[in-house]
Amino acid sequence: MSKTIEPDLHEPSAGISRPGNPRKEWKHPSDHRMRGFILDNRAALGTLAVFVVMMTVFMIANPTVFTTWYLYSSVLTTLPVALFVVVPLVFVVTCGEIDLSFPATMGFASWVFALVVQAGYDPFLGIAAAIATGTLLGFLVGSLVVYGGLSSLIATLGMNFLLRGLIQIINEGRSTALTSLADSWAYKIFSSQLYGIPVQIFWAIGFVVLSALLYNRHRFGAQVKVVGDNPDSAQQMGIDVKRVRVKVFVFVGIGAAIAGTFSVMINFTWWPTAGDGYLLPVLASVFVGGTPTWGGVGTVVGGAIGAVTVSFIQTGVVAAGLSGFYVQFFNGLIIILSLLGHKWNQARYR
Amino acid sequence: MAERLIELRDISKSYGQVYALGGVNLSVDRGEVVGLIGDNGAGKSTLIKILSGVVRPTSGEILIRGKPVTGWSAARSRDAGIETVFQDRALAVQQTIVRNIFMGRELTGWFGWLKVGKEIEEASRLMREIGFTSKVFTPQSIVGQLSGGERQGVAIARAIYKQADLIILDEPTTALSLTETAKVFHFVRQVRASGRSILFIGHNIHHVFDIADRFVVLDRGKVALTADRSQVKAAEDLINFMEDVAHPGGLPGLHDAGDAEQRAR
Repeated sequence: MSKTIEPDLHEPSAGISRPGNPRKEWKHPSDHRMRGFILDNRAALGTLAVFVVMMTVFMIANPTVFTTWYLYSSVLTTLPVALFVVVPLVFVVTCGEIDLSFPATMGFASWVFALVVQAGYDPFLGIAAAIATGTLLGFLVGSLVVYGGLSSLIATLGMNFLLRGLIQIINEGRSTALTSLADSWAYKIFSSQLYGIPVQIFWAIGFVVLSALLYNRHRFGAQVKVVGDNPDSAQQMGIDVKRVRVKVFVFVGIGAAIAGTFSVMINFTWWPTAGDGYLLPVLASVFVGGTPTWGGVGTVVGGAIGAVTVSFIQTGVVAAGLSGFYVQFFNGLIIILSLLGHKWNQARYR
Repeated sequence: MAERLIELRDISKSYGQVYALGGVNLSVDRGEVVGLIGDNGAGKSTLIKILSGVVRPTSGEILIRGKPVTGWSAARSRDAGIETVFQDRALAVQQTIVRNIFMGRELTGWFGWLKVGKEIEEASRLMREIGFTSKVFTPQSIVGQLSGGERQGVAIARAIYKQADLIILDEPTTALSLTETAKVFHFVRQVRASGRSILFIGHNIHHVFDIADRFVVLDRGKVALTADRSQVKAAEDLINFMEDVAHPGGLPGLHDAGDAEQRAR
C-alpha cells in the first residue's frame, strides 16, 4: 500500500475557534440547562423516581395512615443514623473498595462516647472522643487494606468481627444507660425536636450537602473518582493513590462515629450490639442510590435518597396494612428493581 | 538553526548481560517532529524510558538545551519540559475531559475546593490550541464517549499543559483507524505550530512518514539511519531500508527479531 492518507481532509476542524467567540463553539444539545441537569444527575433522579413510585403504591394502599405525622417523625429519627454512614460509603465504593467494618466502628466509637459520659464528663467531650476513635479505627482499617495489600471485602469483614468481638469480650453483653444525657446541651442541640421535627435530620442534611460538595467540587472527591476509575493513571499523574484510599476509610470511620453517637442519644442507652443492624440496610442504600459497584463514579445525593427509600420500606409496608413478614420481601424487591433501573439508566464506559 | 532541546550522546543501556541500547545518538530541536521508527525489540521503549527519566542509561551523556545534566530522573525530565504520552493512554474514561487534563494537579482555591470555572476555561484553551474541538463534545464530556483518536487528543492536551517543550508520543496511532489517525496527526501539527517539539514513536512507517520532519530508524539498539524529510522521497524508501537492515543479503529468517537485544553489542 502506498502513502494514501490525506490527513487534512479528515481533520476535525469544523469547530476551530474564531477569536471573538470562544464559548459559542461548545454549543451542545446538553447545553440546555434542564437537559444537562438531568443527564448529570440521572442516577440520583432514577433513585428519586423509585422512591416516589414506592411511596405512591403504599399511599394508595392505605391513604389515611400516611397523613399522620408520627409515621414520618419516626423515620426522621432513625434515618440520620444511616445517612452518616451511607454517604462516606459512596466515597469508598467510588474508590473501588468496600467497607463492612462500619457497624463495629459505630459500636466502638459510641462505646467510647458512653464511657466518657458515664464518667461524668460533658457529652461534647464524649462526641469528640467518639470521633477521634472513629478516625483512628478508620485509619487502622484503611491501612490494613491498603498497606497490607488485602482485599477490602474480606479484611473489613474480619475487622468487623474482630472489633465487635472486643466489645463483647470486655462488656460481656452489658449495656450502659445514660440517663443524664436528657438534660445536657448536647442532647438539645443534636437530638431534640424543632417544631416537632427531629433535629437530627437537619444535621444529617447538612452532612449530605457538605459531602456532595466534597464529592463534586473538591480535590478529594476528584481524586477519589480518578483512583477508582484508573489507579495506574492516577499514580502516573502524581496522585498518592494509597493515601487517597486510606482517606476514604477514615471518612467512613468519622461518619460511623457520628452515626453511633446519634443512635445512643436517641435511646439514652448504649448496647454492645450498637450499629449491628445497619450493615445490610446501609449497603443496600448505597447501591439502590445508583452508585455502581465497579468504581470511578457514584452519587452522594442518590445514596441519600436510597437511604430514605430503604428506611421507608419497613414503615411503609406495615403502614400499608401488610404484616411485618412482608418487609424482607419488599426490601429485596426494591433492591432488585433499582439495580435493573440503574443498569438501564447508566452506561458503563471503558 | 533552531534551538537544540535535548541531545543524547552515545547512550547505552544494558540489563545485566543484555544490551537494549548500544551507543545511541539522538537529538530533537525546537518545533521539530522527529519520527522514531523501529521494529519490536529495537530499543524504542528503552529509549522512551530514558528520555522520560524512568530509566537511567548505563553510560552516555544527556544534554538539555546544550548543557549536560547529572542525576537524570523522572522529575528532572519533567522540569526540563518533557512530557510523555504513554501507549496505554492512561486516561480515566468515566471522568470528564477536564478531570483528566487536571488529574493530580487540580486547580484549587481555599481548602482544596476546585475552581471548576477556571478549569473548564483552561481546558478549552488547551483543546483549542491543538485543534481538538468539535460540536459534539465539550470539556465536560465523558472521555468514554470519545473515539480513540479523540482520546489521544485528551492525552496530548494534558501533556502540553505546564508548558511542555517536548512531547513524546508512544505509538499514538497503533490500533486506530485511518480517520482517527488523521485526527491525531492534526493535533500533532497544531502542537508543532505552537512551537513545541514532538518525538513520534511508531512501528508503522506510513504513520510516521506523514508527520515527521526527520526520521530516526532504530535497529537492535543502534541508530541505523537518520534522515531529513527532504532526503526521503517515499515511505517505500524507508521500508526498503528497514528490510535491508533487518535481513542483510536478502535472506529473511537468518536474523530473528527476538534475538535483537542480545545481538546488539
